[in-house]
Amino acid sequence: MNIYVLVKRTFDTEEKIVISNGQIQEDGAEFIINPYDEYAIEEAIQKRDALGGKVTVVTIGGEDAEKQLRTALAMGADEAVLINTEDDLDELDQYSVAYILSEYLKDKEADLILAGNVAIDGGSGQVGPRLADLLGINYVTTITSLEIDGETVKVVRDIEGDSEIIETSLPLLVTAQQGLNEPRYPSLPGIMKAKKKPLAELELDDLDIDEDDVEVKVETVEIYLPPQKAAGRVLSGDLQDQVKELVNLLHTEAKVI
Amino acid sequence: MSNKVLVLAETREGSLRNVSFEAIAAGKKIGDEVVAVLIGESVAGVANELIAYGADRVVTVEHPHLKTYTSDGFGQAFMAVIDQEQPGALVFGHTALGKDLSPKIASKLQSGLISDVTEIEGEGDDAVFIRPIYSGKAFEKVKIKDGVVFITIRPNNIAPLAKDASRSGDVSSVSVDITNLRTIIKEVVRKASEGVDLSEAKVVVAGGRGVKSEEGFGPLKELADLLGGAVGASRGACDADYCDYSLQIGQTGKVVTPDLYIAAGISGAIQHLAGMSNSKVIVAINKDPEANIFKVADYGIVGDLFEVIPMLIQEFKALKVNA
Repeated sequence: MNIYVLVKRTFDTEEKIVISNGQIQEDGAEFIINPYDEYAIEEAIQKRDALGGKVTVVTIGGEDAEKQLRTALAMGADEAVLINTEDDLDELDQYSVAYILSEYLKDKEADLILAGNVAIDGGSGQVGPRLADLLGINYVTTITSLEIDGETVKVVRDIEGDSEIIETSLPLLVTAQQGLNEPRYPSLPGIMKAKKKPLAELELDDLDIDEDDVEVKVETVEIYLPPQKAAGRVLSGDLQDQVKELVNLLHTEAKVI
Repeated sequence: MSNKVLVLAETREGSLRNVSFEAIAAGKKIGDEVVAVLIGESVAGVANELIAYGADRVVTVEHPHLKTYTSDGFGQAFMAVIDQEQPGALVFGHTALGKDLSPKIASKLQSGLISDVTEIEGEGDDAVFIRPIYSGKAFEKVKIKDGVVFITIRPNNIAPLAKDASRSGDVSSVSVDITNLRTIIKEVVRKASEGVDLSEAKVVVAGGRGVKSEEGFGPLKELADLLGGAVGASRGACDADYCDYSLQIGQTGKVVTPDLYIAAGISGAIQHLAGMSNSKVIVAINKDPEANIFKVADYGIVGDLFEVIPMLIQEFKALKVNA
């Protein structure tokens, strides 16, 4: 099994968002592997252990993303690839990211490509399906189970709480939903081994990509924080009276019931 | 401006979903002719309802292979309509189906795609789209630089037009040959989501660790049913196995924006707040007066949810009787 996992470096979910000069402040923030990508990495490792083969984790970004790739290697991935666009591109969007990944993957004969179903920063969930389309392979999003038996693949897909039992075949791209597995923490020996595992760095030139090919289609006009909610009202008095008051407020003041 | 907008209309067990009416309203803001596209095995019966909600025309694509959604089948069907109609803009719902299909269509059109739009500012070619990032911790205003304008809209955020059964419009069909389906749907297992879908619910009753057990969700479910809403949960409740992960609301999990969000026994970790703090009205019920959830709540009751929820059920029932 030739397995690839798409990984994105994202803000830690604990982080508050601070905006200055119209940009999200990254200084001092903690970064993690996008949590949904951790499910994808875990699943890739389990499938390799069961079926043999190799797991390669791939990310697009700057030097800083090496840390997340090393974490993936420490979890058990075999190789990592950083496609470094820092010097070439000021901005990326889902179109350009999918295009760059497809140029990297087009001759890799991947049997299985895994990704998180969404990144917790941008939150669009587009790159997986876009990439599958560019590579001409099938895809299934938001999966909670993956069984591979030869060329036959059985997948359970989460569709808004219901489950769809799907039969398909390799090659395939899947995106991970919560519940797919329980991602492992890197072990100490894993962390030591990860330091010696191959981590390749590529630039757009290495992939014969012209900057014009990856011009973004979407333009950000403004980034802003939601208005601060005014502190609400904590009711007081006898509990039964509080409940009566609450229902009354929801009905007459908030008018939502 | 003369812009034709294709809107993907979605059905669920034969009925149109609300988000499709919202998508028509969104289409009206960014273009002047809205063409709703209905895809399925036998779906033409609901075409007139789309017109009543403001679609100027409806195009249907019917085929036995379109009985259940697959990206291959629906992708071929939708591309056939695009070929015929040559639209300037596309609007899908940001639903399981819309999320799965829209990137494939955008890839085929080599276009941009703005996912999960909650608000549209301006009209026509000047329209700018607002969408949450970091699960609602921040927002961005974006636009398509050039080419087809393609958006998916989050359910419950853009108001549909008023239904008017006197509206009329043409209903036509496109025939396609659906081939090379690489995915076979063996079975759909309906789980918790009988009734109201969490992401589309007007009322969400969510439980956290304070619910203490699977059975503890019983009163929450009763309250949700009474209010025509859906049950949600915090990560804590899901991790503790009190409920299925499909109910999880937060930065991992679903982001919801109902009219009324009732948080019971939820402390209000920053990750959970990201998933619900843009709800219109938030009610917090928690034993701990210092709980973070009270900071975002419009109304709070400090107390045991197992006392408060049954009382709420009684009061809402009384309200219904009086109404």
